[in-house]
Amino acid sequence: MAENIDVQKDHSMVLQKQMIAEHYQRLADAPKTGDKVVYTFVPGNLTELIRSFGALPVLPEINALQSGMRGKSRDYIAEAERRGHSEDVCTYVKCDLGMVKGGNIGPTGLPLPKPDLLLLSYTGCYTFMKWFELLREEYDCPTVFLQIPYQGAGELEPEHRKYVVDQIKEKVIPALEQVTGRKYDEDGLRRRLGLAAQAEDDLVAVLQSAKQKPSPIDAYFGGVYYIGPIFSAFRGTEEGVAYYRELRKEVEARTAQKRGPITPDGPLDDQRYRLVVEGPPNWTHFRDFWRMFSSWQAVVVASTYTKVGGTYDFGFRHDEQDPLGTMADYCGGCYTNLNLPSRVDMLCNYIEEYGANGFLINSVKSCNSFSAGQLMMLREVEKRTGIPGAFIESDLVDPRYFSPANIKNRLESYLQMIDARAQGGN
Amino acid sequence: MEAPLTREEIVAWARECYEDLEFSAARKWLAQDPARKAIGFLPVYAPRELIHACGMLPVGIYGGGDQLEIIRGDAFYQSYICHLPRSVVELGQTGRLDFLSGVLFPSTCDVIRNLSGIWQLLSPELYVRYVDVPQIRDVETGGKFWRRELQTLVDDLGRVAGKTPNDAVLRQSIALYNDVRATISALYRIRCDEPWRIPTEELYLLLRAGEVVPPEEFLQRAKAYIEATASDPLPKKDRVRVIVVGAFCEQPPLGLIKTIERSGCYIVDDDLLVGNRMITQPVATDGDPLTHLANAFVEHGERTSVLYEERPEGKRTLMKERIDAAKADGIIFAAPSFCDPALLDRPMLRAGAEAEGIPCIAFQYAENTGQFQQFREQTGTFSDSIKLWGGQ
Repeated sequence: MAENIDVQKDHSMVLQKQMIAEHYQRLADAPKTGDKVVYTFVPGNLTELIRSFGALPVLPEINALQSGMRGKSRDYIAEAERRGHSEDVCTYVKCDLGMVKGGNIGPTGLPLPKPDLLLLSYTGCYTFMKWFELLREEYDCPTVFLQIPYQGAGELEPEHRKYVVDQIKEKVIPALEQVTGRKYDEDGLRRRLGLAAQAEDDLVAVLQSAKQKPSPIDAYFGGVYYIGPIFSAFRGTEEGVAYYRELRKEVEARTAQKRGPITPDGPLDDQRYRLVVEGPPNWTHFRDFWRMFSSWQAVVVASTYTKVGGTYDFGFRHDEQDPLGTMADYCGGCYTNLNLPSRVDMLCNYIEEYGANGFLINSVKSCNSFSAGQLMMLREVEKRTGIPGAFIESDLVDPRYFSPANIKNRLESYLQMIDARAQGGN
Repeated sequence: MEAPLTREEIVAWARECYEDLEFSAARKWLAQDPARKAIGFLPVYAPRELIHACGMLPVGIYGGGDQLEIIRGDAFYQSYICHLPRSVVELGQTGRLDFLSGVLFPSTCDVIRNLSGIWQLLSPELYVRYVDVPQIRDVETGGKFWRRELQTLVDDLGRVAGKTPNDAVLRQSIALYNDVRATISALYRIRCDEPWRIPTEELYLLLRAGEVVPPEEFLQRAKAYIEATASDPLPKKDRVRVIVVGAFCEQPPLGLIKTIERSGCYIVDDDLLVGNRMITQPVATDGDPLTHLANAFVEHGERTSVLYEERPEGKRTLMKERIDAAKADGIIFAAPSFCDPALLDRPMLRAGAEAEGIPCIAFQYAENTGQFQQFREQTGTFSDSIKLWGGQ
């Protein structure tokens, strides 16, 4: 998911970069190869289903964040705002629309193909609906809407699950059949779901390795690399399984050697702070942001952002025995589709299970799905765990909203406060 | 026989309801019988019929407007989140909503959605339900889903009320709300035909009162208002005809509505409080009431930013259709700051309008906006330009 330049890298990072580059190349070649292209979103993505029809997924959030990391988002956002988009709304949307208006050249510099289908997986984010209504204005292709009911009562209620299954059966599969000219292949889908579950097992082992001291991973800044393949085009593929097997081996080796993760400041073996982080990272200053933590020897041991594309560490696995039902369960369980009490439970659980001594919220201006209610969550987590939290503000891909000095000051003050508490102060 | 209520009396009553942040009308209704209960709902759409059928009072919660100083609510929200939820929290934290036995949070946007979670955390003893309205607009898929959701709501609300309504009672409530919607529709029609007869300020106050009083009382007053305005029309003025778009959730302060009108515009259509007329056709009152209510929403739901637009050309054509239906000259896009539904829709709607040569202006407000001079200048200039160079 993340792209990084001139830093020491794990082998898995190199592998991931290669996989993503190859995917963008296949997308660029799609007009020639005839591969069909489906635009969809990370939360609630039906990658196994899409790929069982031989189609390739494009995920606009990934393009936006990649553009943010490569310094392109400022101009794209400005372009969208010139065209009447409000300063107040999601910068992922504006970044994507600015990119489309600029010729739809993807973050790697290769052209992105037009969609053959917009699969609007409406999972955990209202803005997704508007995003694809806006994209639909740009393309002459069908749109299929998949409504994933919110877990307002703390679970995907049986009638909600049925609704999702009905939609996949009655709307999504027919749309994919129509666009690709292929028939629904349930055996092929089952095989991919089985592959997905294998990769999910390995991903969970990687994420849970952070319970070790020292943690062999950074579950936020490093975590966004780890989730990249499984949240995008590679869940349910052989490449995805191979990547997660390799990643797990790498992390297990570090665990055995009692080594920490590689950070922008090199290996972080001596870890003074173990933090849990809520909210997405800032992408425009990703390395600077990470360095603010690593330079203080702070490692993130668990994060909620790495669950936006699935909450596997709480037991969910894709189940090849129930292909449509399992996709419904998957969609319903993505982090931003959970209600606030469930999110608070998850954070408290992380703090306890991962032995964290700090808790931080990075609140991004763009994303009400995450941000609205975070101050309440902060208070609730503090109340339940007795650990004071920190609150910083930035944005996803709008560099205007990243204020390094403010964030650094807040973070450093917070870490000093953790020290003071550890030494018996208030 | 009592003399019919006058326009002034009805408007004064409505204004009192609107300004009353203690919800005295609802509290008075509750006080008449200790067994009575009230259920709140946030904008935009909640099926009020079901609350009514359970014998409870539906109460619309639209924040504190420009009358409430926010002290505690701001501690719950960052500066880049709209104003409505912070004033709703303020109402809750100051005990003004303590008469409610439950609150429904419709799927309007992520802020309202997450507010449901805040309510769950703040008031774990209260009935709180996030109401996910159907975005799939066909009866086979979306209709069946919504039917099941409505059943869940009836069952839940029945438990809160202590009595679950049978089909006959549900039909009566549906018929009552058919009448409410028909009456609101009549008010809108009259205002469109004779905007000098029903100023939007008065119409808005009346509809706001309708959000907090029993529907039977609203109907009585609204019908009396229609009669009163027939015999007491206001003088016709030289104003352009505009529609106001984007104000369906966080409501503008009354001063802003007055400002638009006084600057030379007749508002002849709007989406203020659109949840009270979300279903645009009468709901059938025979057969299975929940199926009819569900299908009516799916088939005849208002086209608004909080619902998915299935027709690819729908956003482009909507403004032209509304302008034609209202015989309006131009559009005022008035959206609350940080309102995702209104602000994300606006570029599409405006592009469609401008492609048809429809004059448009746009601005943002907050429910507690206190200065109107900038709006007066903007809408006044807009009105003048239409008078000089013509509108649609």
